[in-house]
Amino acid sequence: MTNTGKLKVTTPTDREIVMTRDFDAPRRLVFDALTKPELLQQWLLGPPGWTMPVCEIDLRVGGAYRYLWRNADGAEMGMRGVLREIVVPERLVATEKFDQPWYPGEAIATNVLVEQGGRTTLTLTVRYESRETRDAVLKTPMDKGVAAGYDRLEELLADGMERRAES
Amino acid sequence: MISSQRLDATFAALADPTRRAILARLASGEASVTQLVEPFAMTQPAISKHLKVLEHAGLISRGRDAQRRPCRLEAKPLADATEWLERYRQFWEARFEHLDALLDEMKNKGKKRVRKKP
Repeated sequence: MTNTGKLKVTTPTDREIVMTRDFDAPRRLVFDALTKPELLQQWLLGPPGWTMPVCEIDLRVGGAYRYLWRNADGAEMGMRGVLREIVVPERLVATEKFDQPWYPGEAIATNVLVEQGGRTTLTLTVRYESRETRDAVLKTPMDKGVAAGYDRLEELLADGMERRAES
Repeated sequence: MISSQRLDATFAALADPTRRAILARLASGEASVTQLVEPFAMTQPAISKHLKVLEHAGLISRGRDAQRRPCRLEAKPLADATEWLERYRQFWEARFEHLDALLDEMKNKGKKRVRKKP
């Protein structure tokens, strides 16, 4: 895996994970990509071999959303939550909870989009109910095999681009 | 193989700004408790408490000299914790690279087609 160094991940407090990433696009487009199911399904993927067959969003405050990922063996991983704040195209706050109870309670995900010179900086802060929960999440990609096989990442990226080119 | 409890202890130890500052100080060489108390405007018992947490997490070790007991940084648990964060980062970076490609596509479509009014 080539370390592009683009994404910064920090743990500023014992209950949070903060991700910061720049995108070469205006925030209107980034906001769309965060809120329109047909766009989310193209990038909010699992590890190699997983697809996102279900992505439903009721885009209003108090509205629910539902994500489901599936791999070739039929294993599924689901997530749901409720939208708490929507400020187009700069702020999106939602609760999130995985179907599999591998961590207790809900987390709150806050997306903040700042545009400068046609580029957008996305800051995603996920706040968990406890430090134990956050640490469980940090460990999960490996424990559950969710992020296994990064050596196949290049393959995944190539496939993803081909699929999009074909559709 | 990284023990789960050890990792929990590492993340817990790193969650405190004073303890992170102590680790940063020890990165430049070992120090006694007295030396560590100076820059932090804290009492020696308070610093000692932080040192116990760091020692429990395996992030530092203490010398055998009963008087001084110098503290030194242990790199391995920190490297393990960083590795977990790095794996998490890579997982999300993979997603965001897909998003990069998608945004390029969206920008191109926007140029080619006449934009509908929302």
